[in-house]
Amino acid sequence: MAQIETIPISEPMSKKRTQALMLHIRNYWMFYLMLLPGVILFVLNNYLPMFGIIIAFKTVNYTDGILGSPWSGLSNFSYLFKTKDAWIITRNTLGYNSLFIVLNLVVPLAFALMLNEMRNRFLSKLHQTVMFLPYFLSMIVMSYLVFGFLSDEHGFMNSSLLPALHLEPVRWYFTKEVWPIILPLVNLWRGMGYYTVMYMAAIIGIDEEYYEAATIDGASKWQQMKSITIPLITPVLTIVTLLQVGRIFNADFGLFFQVPRESGVLFPVTNVIDTYVYRQFLTVGDIGLSSAAGLLQSVVGFLLVFLANWVVRRYNRENALF
Amino acid sequence: MAHSNTALAQATSNPKNTLAAPVAIGIQLFFSIYSILCLIPLVLLVMVSFSDEASIISGGYKFWPDHFSLAAYRFLGNDIGQIIHSYGISIFVTVVGTALSMIIIALYAYPISRPNFKPGKWFTFFAFFTMLFSGGLVPWYLVYVQFLDLKDTLWALIMPNLMSAFWVLVTRTFFQQTIPGQVLESAKIDGAGELRIFWQIVLPLSMPVLATVALFQTLAYWNDWFLSLVFISGEHNISVQYLMYKMMANIQYLANNSTAREAIAAAGGMVNFPSETVRMAMVIVGIGPIVLAYPFFQKYFIRGLTVGAVKG
Repeated sequence: MAQIETIPISEPMSKKRTQALMLHIRNYWMFYLMLLPGVILFVLNNYLPMFGIIIAFKTVNYTDGILGSPWSGLSNFSYLFKTKDAWIITRNTLGYNSLFIVLNLVVPLAFALMLNEMRNRFLSKLHQTVMFLPYFLSMIVMSYLVFGFLSDEHGFMNSSLLPALHLEPVRWYFTKEVWPIILPLVNLWRGMGYYTVMYMAAIIGIDEEYYEAATIDGASKWQQMKSITIPLITPVLTIVTLLQVGRIFNADFGLFFQVPRESGVLFPVTNVIDTYVYRQFLTVGDIGLSSAAGLLQSVVGFLLVFLANWVVRRYNRENALF
Repeated sequence: MAHSNTALAQATSNPKNTLAAPVAIGIQLFFSIYSILCLIPLVLLVMVSFSDEASIISGGYKFWPDHFSLAAYRFLGNDIGQIIHSYGISIFVTVVGTALSMIIIALYAYPISRPNFKPGKWFTFFAFFTMLFSGGLVPWYLVYVQFLDLKDTLWALIMPNLMSAFWVLVTRTFFQQTIPGQVLESAKIDGAGELRIFWQIVLPLSMPVLATVALFQTLAYWNDWFLSLVFISGEHNISVQYLMYKMMANIQYLANNSTAREAIAAAGGMVNFPSETVRMAMVIVGIGPIVLAYPFFQKYFIRGLTVGAVKG
């Protein structure tokens, strides 16, 4: 990680130090100028809000302003944990994200392995292109695509498919039980191309000689996959999964906000920390609860990145993120 | 393995290392079905947008309309002003945002890629830390609305996405791996200033990574609706995505906010308002350009995904 240059204290005179600084500035002033716009943006967009976490420990009212508002200690947090919502949003965020991580590892890996066996280059490229398309569409469009199938009155499911199977129509946007299945499917469908391409690139990078040698030794396809392909792309799989584990406390706001179309009945299974923070703040207007939930999310997320990285480092230094 | 030992090669049952034919055909079939699954939802929306409203009301959304009709597009035609305006907003934000973002990211990535610039490590960490920890939605919102006073401005749709620590690190890694130090050293000896080296040597050599950043930032700006949701309150700065969102949330939005209102009023209230099909037509109008441009650009995206693994 970063280490700030320390200047040896053994220097008795500060004159030398001043001279060194002058020289440094003369040589590198242009670099500082280049860094400036980026630094300003990081400060405004990221670092200033970090100091804003004090809001979580205050009872903010707009007449006193943020700095002038009275301190409230941990009351926002105790209030948050008294609500039923705290448990529900934590469960949903962790539950869905864990499921997403497993699905994003297993299914696209299977797809990549199969796609890699496709000898027809043109077809393989064509399928990759088509699979990647959903990733290009915004969550607004995704919500429309889902709506086309699930709309109560006119959706394809209720008006064509279910009647054809002699089944009763389902009021999808009012039925809690189906969403823990629908949301992972939508998420998988959207990310499939992305992760498949990632894993494909790693597989293509493997030296052909391994396979030639294995073929000569009479290894079956299955054995080659188990003892060559998967071990050699493990670093990529680890990094991709690790990045997601580090963000396990951050839900995909768009997915949970747009696709269920803000149907209140579904909140117990679709409300996650991000949507809760947004609604408490900009719909309900409760700054205290919202910023407390937001701060918890940031802190836990921060610790999780390090935990995930530490686990990987213990297991294999090479694959760790830092 | 040039010395392919023929005796050995014949001894194995699978000299070409291919799958058995039924399995290969199975894989082909599987992917064909999956590819169709990727396109079908879009096809459904296109078909609904070309349907006659009455047949939707009676038979629901179908993959083959009972009666084709252009009524939805004709209705949108009444409102072409709003749509063109939204397209203008989206294009402006995307172009300005992407261009600025590329420049700022490259400018930040270059100094921290130079080994002789000692504070570079510190600035790298300064960028990296933003990926680890965030202040959360509430203080972030207050910075933009209260401190910078950017509510309901186009700048609020551009500024938050300008800087990206992830792309800074990717670009820095690319600079380190592809631009030979000797070239930079000799340019310095020839008396070129850092800015000139950056402009005339580094940037031309870094086109692949810059193109990747540009493509992903273009997509991020074009598809963004979250910033509109949070910052845009008036009627003026509505992007294409946000227009689609508003129509989803409230189908009367177009009818109440447009020149079409007079047309409807003239026809006697809401009778002739083909709400179901207009919604879908709006989406098709909204994603048309992206889907048409997609086949040409996707290979660069796919290449870009694998441009550089980031190691902090």
